[in-house]
Amino acid sequence: MLKWFHRLGSPKTFFELSSKWHPWLLGLSLLSLVSGVAWALLFVPPDYQQGNSVRIMYIHVPAAILAQSGYMMMAGAAAVFLIWRMKLADMAVAAIAPLGASITFLALVTGAIWGKPTWGTWWVWDARLTSTLVLFFLYVGMIALRSALDRQATAGRACAILALVGVVNLPIIKYSVEWWFTLHQPASFSLTEKPAMPAEMWMPLLLMVIAYYLFFFTALLSRLRNEILDRERDTDWVRKWVAAQ
Amino acid sequence: MKFDSLAAFIAMDGHGTYVWLAYGITFLAIVLNLWLPGLTRRSFVQSEQRLAQRKAVAENQGENT
Repeated sequence: MLKWFHRLGSPKTFFELSSKWHPWLLGLSLLSLVSGVAWALLFVPPDYQQGNSVRIMYIHVPAAILAQSGYMMMAGAAAVFLIWRMKLADMAVAAIAPLGASITFLALVTGAIWGKPTWGTWWVWDARLTSTLVLFFLYVGMIALRSALDRQATAGRACAILALVGVVNLPIIKYSVEWWFTLHQPASFSLTEKPAMPAEMWMPLLLMVIAYYLFFFTALLSRLRNEILDRERDTDWVRKWVAAQ
Repeated sequence: MKFDSLAAFIAMDGHGTYVWLAYGITFLAIVLNLWLPGLTRRSFVQSEQRLAQRKAVAENQGENT
């Protein structure tokens, strides 16, 4: 297991193996996204209170879940980089930041659009919304910090520390709906409890969550592969790979 | 199908603007995230190939003089 971990940690090995995974991941994510969206838009019954605006849930909830779990992955990679000095982990931190920022942006924007017809307002400075906005700024801060520092080693360490410090925001987002009186509803989905909504609503939602995960890993893999090429450009194997293209 | 006609599907009982705006922005973000890394990779390959070519030319000239 440890040996496997070590081997996969080599940028070259990872690059070679991931070129086989990428088309499969892309195909699966497109398939699940298209079927999930068709299900959510065409076959889910309108909510008895929210009407058709409930269809926004199928793109808002997965984006919000991925915004947080993407941050967890980034912080995990940051820890691996700080502890074992694994280069690939630092590349993963760099690759997740812009992707996480765009998904958090989606969670905020779809939430605002959903909020208008259901709450009557685009935005409130409520604990859940504000802590998610902070999450967005953390991702943007990660991108800015990396581009501000010239030396790669310094940038990597600084970003890893910022990623780990930012983890404190995750429980705040998660429990914000319980700790404070907020407009945002509590979690509609959890791993441990039976969903409170009927199956014809949670099944497409589950499909969309899976689709978003697949999409996330597909996009992450492409970015990570670019990051590897960029940083290993002076190695023999990248030169050979470039020549073969 | 929960809609009787295409017009009903687009209107979504008055919520069409919100639903389609949210789905449109999401579509754009997902497509860009899947598409842009490919463009980056292609431009990387092109610039590295040009660099390698220039290097090869320079080395050849070095040998000739």
